[in-house]
Order: sequence, then C-alpha cells, then structure tokens
Amino acid sequence: MELLRKLTQNFGPSGCETALHDIIKAEVENYVDEVYSDVLGNLIAHKKGNGKKVMVCAHADEIGIMVKSIDDKGYIHFTNIGGLGTFTSIYQRVQFANGTVGVVSYEVKDGGAKNLKFDDLYIDIGASSKEEAEKLVSVGDQAMFLGDFAETGENVISKAMDDRAGVYVMIEALKMMKDCPNDLYYVFTSQEEVGLRGAKGAAFDIAPEYALAIDVTDTGDTPGCSRMAVKLGDGACIKVLDSSIICSKAIRDLLTDLSEEKGIKVQYEVLKAGGTDAGAIFATKSGALTGGVSIPTRYIHTPSEMVNKFDLKECIRLVAAFSEHNMEDVK
Amino acid sequence: MLLKNLTDLNGVSGNEDKVREFIKEQITPYADEITVDTLGNIIAFKKGTGKSDLRIGFCAHMDEVGGIVSKITDDGFIKFKPVGGIDDRILLSKRVVIGDNKIPGVIGIKAIHLQEDDERKKIVKQKSMYIDIGAKDKEEAETVVALGDYIAFDSEYMEMGEGKIKAKALDDRVGCAILIEAMKHTYENDMYFCFSTREEIGIRGAGVIAYRLQLDVAFMVEGTIEAHLPFVKDYDCPTFMGRGPAVFHIDGGSISNKKLINYICGLAEENGVSYQHRQSGAGGNDARAFTANGGSCATAVVAVPCRYIHSPVSMIDESDYKATAELVRLMAENSYKLGGIL
Repeated sequence: MELLRKLTQNFGPSGCETALHDIIKAEVENYVDEVYSDVLGNLIAHKKGNGKKVMVCAHADEIGIMVKSIDDKGYIHFTNIGGLGTFTSIYQRVQFANGTVGVVSYEVKDGGAKNLKFDDLYIDIGASSKEEAEKLVSVGDQAMFLGDFAETGENVISKAMDDRAGVYVMIEALKMMKDCPNDLYYVFTSQEEVGLRGAKGAAFDIAPEYALAIDVTDTGDTPGCSRMAVKLGDGACIKVLDSSIICSKAIRDLLTDLSEEKGIKVQYEVLKAGGTDAGAIFATKSGALTGGVSIPTRYIHTPSEMVNKFDLKECIRLVAAFSEHNMEDVK
Repeated sequence: MLLKNLTDLNGVSGNEDKVREFIKEQITPYADEITVDTLGNIIAFKKGTGKSDLRIGFCAHMDEVGGIVSKITDDGFIKFKPVGGIDDRILLSKRVVIGDNKIPGVIGIKAIHLQEDDERKKIVKQKSMYIDIGAKDKEEAETVVALGDYIAFDSEYMEMGEGKIKAKALDDRVGCAILIEAMKHTYENDMYFCFSTREEIGIRGAGVIAYRLQLDVAFMVEGTIEAHLPFVKDYDCPTFMGRGPAVFHIDGGSISNKKLINYICGLAEENGVSYQHRQSGAGGNDARAFTANGGSCATAVVAVPCRYIHSPVSMIDESDYKATAELVRLMAENSYKLGGIL
C-alpha cells in the first residue's frame, strides 16, 4: 500500500499533473520501451508491439481549487477545479504546491451555510494582509484538499483515490503482465476532472483501436444512498454505462470472458452521474472500441474517498489480463 | 478606425460573411496564404523568416451575439430566438436591425400603465418579447423579413469619456482587430492567424480549425468580462478596465498552460506592458476546442477587459486595446523561443 499512499498524498490538481510524473515514471520505466509526456500534461508509457494499438488510461489529476483573487486582508478567493460541492469544502484544509496550508470557510449569509456559492467561500492561510499573502500565494496558483492516508480493516481511505487508485492499478498491472502482443499505450491522463481534456488530446495523437479507462465509481451500499448495484469489496467493476459513454459491447464481453477464465470477481457498473476518459477516447477521431474497469469507491470527490484492497487486486488482475489479450479477434 | 469598421459590421454567429469579407480584404497584403473553410473560418498563414520548430497559431472569433427570426405573427410582429448568451434583461427597448437589408426594429413590451402590480416586479422573459418593425400585418412584414433572418443590435461605435469606446460586438472584434494589426509585422516562426465562426454558440468554428491545423501552441485573443462596478468587491472582479491585457489562468473550457502564462507575463514585464491576472474561472472561449480537437496543444488566452459584454453597449478602454495589441505582437515575435520553453 506504500505506492498507493505516495500516489494519493502527492500534489496534482488538474493542470498540475507533471508533479506526479517522476513518481509514475520511476515505477513504470523498467516495464515499457519509452516514457514521454506531452504539452497537455499526459504521461505516456509505451510498450511496443506488432499487434493492435491499445490505449489504457487512468487520470493523474485530482479535484482542487484555484486562486482567483486575494483581498486586502489577505484572504484568498477561489474557484473550483472539478466537481466540488461547497458543502464538502467548508472547514477542509487545502495545501498549495509550495506547502502553504489554508482552511476553507465562508461569509455568513442569510440562511447560514445553505445555498452557498463558491464566491461566498474563502481560504484563510493565516496572512494578515494582501502583501503577506502574496509572498506565499499568487493568482492562478492551485491547491489540493488534504486528507490523510489511513487503512481500516480491508479498506483504505485517502484524498485523491479518484483517480490515483486507477493510476496504482495500471502500474501494478504493468508489473504483473507477461507477454503482450498488442502495441500498448499506458496513458496517465491530465485534466479529466475538468472535462476529460487530456485523454482527448492523447487519443487523438495515439489513435488507438481499443481503449480502456480505469477510474473510480460510486457504490450503492451506504445508508440512504441512491440505488446502484455496486458494492465495496465485491470485486472489479466492468463499466456498462456512465454519463460520457455506453461502453462497446465487444469490450464488455471481453472483460467478462477474461474474468471467468481467470477467476476474477467482477460486478457491473451502471453509473448515472459522472463521466470518464472512456467517453473522450470513444469519440475521438474515427473512434475506438472502448470500455472501462472501475474501482468501487465511497465518498468520491471528498478528502475521504474509500476503496477496498480486494477490489484493487481484482482490478489489477483484470486490467493486466485485458492488456495481455491479443486484440486481433476482438471486433 | 479598424475597430469602428469591425464593430459596425453585423456578424451574428453563423452569419459572419460581412465580417469575413472585411477581414480578408484587410489581411490579404500580409498573408502568404488565406483559406476559408466550409464553416467560414479564415485561416491565414504567414511564413516566418527563420525556421519553425513548432506549429503556432492565434485565434479570435468573428461572430457576435444576436438573434434569429423564428416567427412572424398575424399582426406583423417578429418573434425571435437569441443566438448566444444574452441576459433577457438587456433586451427590452433596444433597437435592432434584421437581415441583410438591415430592416430597423425595436424590441417592445406593453406600457407600464397596462401592467398589473405583480407584472411590474417580474423580469420579462425573452420568450414573451417581440420585435416591432412597424408593419401593419404579417403580409407586410413578410415583404421585408423572412424566417431565419439574423437580428443584430443597432449600436454604433462611439468614443466617450477618457479614451473609452462603446460599441456592440467588441467581443470579439477587438480580438480580430488585434490579430489584423499583428499580421502587419514579420515573425521568425511560421504563424497561423485564425478568425473563427460560431464561438458564441458553443465554440464550433474553432473545433474545425484545431482539427485542420493540429497546432502545438494556440493563443486566443478575446474580449472578457469586466465588472469594476458599484457593489462588486475588488476580489470578485474578474478584470479591471485600464489595467492592460488580462491573462487567463482558467475558464469554463480550459486551464491555460502554465509555461505559456509565464512566457506571456515575462514578455509583458520585460517590455513594460501593464497587464493583469484574470480573477475568474467563468466563461469559455475557443481555447477549449484547441485542447480537444487536434491532439495535444498548449493553449493560453489574453483578453481586453470589456464592460457590459454581450450587450449593445459594451465598453473598453482604448489603452487596454493598444496594450493587448502590443503584447500579442510580442508573443508572436518571441514565439520562436517556445520550442525551448514548452
């Protein structure tokens, strides 16, 4: 779990993914032929092969905030990076790339903490004036939410499981893989949280025929949650649908076949709210047969995202099996 | 009076013809090759004097917000749909022109005397508005107006106050004017100057440009939200008129490349061009298309602060216009260095 701890705790809101590149590169470089990055902040690990072009991806970015302005008293006003709620942001701690820590609070309005907008929220970094604040933070700087890494029974809690857990799954799958007949691109994408942007650029440049996106997904197993047939600890999720894609049946069937063949425990994911890189790759250029493997995750887009160790293991096995599979017969 | 000429032309999204013809005429002496694609975008190529490592382009959009005729009533009133994002509240009592023949009209509503108390407190929805062209019935109206005719605000360029300019369509004719000026200089790197269509209805033209050109670096030149107004706190104000070009960090469709931001701010500082950081994440622009439609492309946005944007009385400070033009010229002039920066 040490690698997962390192990945989740590292800084990397959308647009700042290069902060993770060294860690990922060190883990994967011995298992691929080349590792390179592009201007969008994607990190691409290429394992050359003579077969079909396959792109597997997980996004390296996490949700966060960006400084919009600093007022005369040294308080920081900000905008959200990715799908944040004001409710989940209040009284959380945030940290900037240079280590500066602040607390999110809000201007009291009629109606208390109800119906708050991001314009009503501010960050207190303990500065007593604009000048003092500007020594630490500038307009355009980004911060991540703080959320420690903790293991509780078979579950693991941290910030940024979305989608460092996916990054972790890909790294471990790469290590597990043996022979690979495909021309394989493992892409750690940028700016997923703000609209699947990195994956689109990468898919355009690579032009894969087959693609798989590894991301977190919601669960339907907590008190009063909305109905969903995914449970923490019940294995890897084969994505059927989310708001960005209806997955290619060929990929869904392949994943099912592979799970039966290898005895991997799987469940099927129908996610009503939320998109993934799969949607971007699917519709780029002339398209690719695209699917997804998802990690059941509770409390997504909060600093306390919870995943299960068994699920992670099954995801790794499924992603490795997919990558090793000769795609010539998949149509 | 480049800016006057540009803003007085009508070019509501999808109907940019007049603007396109004017721009083509202006840039022909300075371009090595001009392409107009099927969506009506202009792509002007300017050969560099040196070698080019990167494919670099600038983009400003030609279109403006306005409306389109959706129905003519039996009484000869014109019902319409907005084209682009327009606040319903700015529409009432405005003068408009319809179609190529610029048939004048006014957006009407029943007199205050006839409104019930609660009606007076409500904001009138665009759906219930109509344009009055002075026709007595449908038959008469149809002799001058047809379904699908474009509607533009009738608002002439005007100079006011200390170096302020009021006009419609400053978003983004000010960007077009700046690119036209920039094309008059020579650069070491090859350069694509693009004038896009249909930005206001969903960044549509630029998507096609991005796919065609597959640039490494794309700079947008825009008009952007200004709100240095009574009751708006300084820290909630996206940009300030008179403080020079606004450099974007984020907007609704893109996060600017951090190395490009440093490049732009560095150039401004070295050359004594005053600039400001845009203090907002709101709005969107063509940058979104360039990150999405042509492979991995680094983008950045600079803009002229524009008060009352998306209205017929948009306002800019001429000093911001000039400073942004200077900054854009510097960005193009030094762009041969970008290969080593990105």
